[in-house]
Amino acid sequence: MKASKAIINGIITENPIFRLVRGMCPTLAVTTAAINGIGMGLATAFVLIASNLVISLIKDFIPSQVRIPAFIVVAATFVTVTGMLMEAFIPGLYESLGIFIPLIVVNCIILGRAEAFASKNSPLVAVADGIGMGLGFTLALTLLGIIREILGAGTLFGMQLMPQAFNPAVIMILPPGAFLTLGLLLGLLNKLTAKTK
Amino acid sequence: MGYTGKLFLILLSTVLVNNFVLSRFLGICPFLGVSKKVSTAMGMGAAVIFVMALASLFTYIIQYAILEPLSLEYLQTIAFILVIAALVQFVEMVIQKMSPTLYQALGVYLPLITTNCAVLGVAIINIREDYDLLQTLVNGTGAALGFTLALVLMAGIRERLELSDIPESLKGFPITLITAGLMSVAFLGFQGLIK
Repeated sequence: MKASKAIINGIITENPIFRLVRGMCPTLAVTTAAINGIGMGLATAFVLIASNLVISLIKDFIPSQVRIPAFIVVAATFVTVTGMLMEAFIPGLYESLGIFIPLIVVNCIILGRAEAFASKNSPLVAVADGIGMGLGFTLALTLLGIIREILGAGTLFGMQLMPQAFNPAVIMILPPGAFLTLGLLLGLLNKLTAKTK
Repeated sequence: MGYTGKLFLILLSTVLVNNFVLSRFLGICPFLGVSKKVSTAMGMGAAVIFVMALASLFTYIIQYAILEPLSLEYLQTIAFILVIAALVQFVEMVIQKMSPTLYQALGVYLPLITTNCAVLGVAIINIREDYDLLQTLVNGTGAALGFTLALVLMAGIRERLELSDIPESLKGFPITLITAGLMSVAFLGFQGLIK
């Protein structure tokens, strides 16, 4: 598979959120604001790209019986690095993402791509897959964040967007809003794709 | 408020108010994946309660007996996930030897638990909230009980959804998520329980 195809595949054909429905926990939890969605998406993308690269490089040395623990350790290492970097450079965002930064390690996307893709492909294509999946994940999270922030707080990236008279539907930034937004969005996508077929 | 009162408060808060699935968004994957039938949901719930209580205990020991004295706190994520993975494997082997009937009931769910983010999540929350050993155990068990409660309720609803007339494009994941949203609204009602 070519590198460019792997990127497109991750963003559109097999978008991790809208197509594969993976990695739901951070998707639902952190998308209360658009900026959190971007931050979480990019952090996950970084871990995904780095662990895809390393796993693809060492795939021939890992006995297949212990591959899952080995993949987890690789992912956990990069999660720790990401967490420390974020804490040092963007402490505000690190604070608001909270427990979901260490939890990137149990995101099904990371382990899923390691097992299904990186351990079977060359480093270059594995990195491309990481970029594609990471961007697809980031886009989906940002979209959810934008919708929830506009409806729930009337702002976008912290700036006032809706007129003063707009009464924000606070429920959209509370937990139920996450489930409802994603559920309706998936339904809408199903409807659109069903028509084009 | 005495110590027992505080324990009770932790239990109440983690089961109902800050329900792991519906308000903290931990363990969504098994919540969506294993909630098709009430009986399997019960099995998964039992396995999670067992593993989460044990994982809380072991990660507590690791944190305060190994990581802190050696000032290796930054290895927390790696150490915890390895402990949980090993623990799940170990529990699976023990159950298989000790009680084949229990193994048959829980066996299939055990491997799935390693990647259940609720287990790692509760371990990290225990440390971040500075709970002592007893509070850690109560919080771990309570979180798993809350998870089981949400899972079993969801399975009950989904069994009925099977028979109902749902718009074509909402079938499957979308309607499940919307149902979860409505359940989450209901659980918001518990918010007033604890100030």
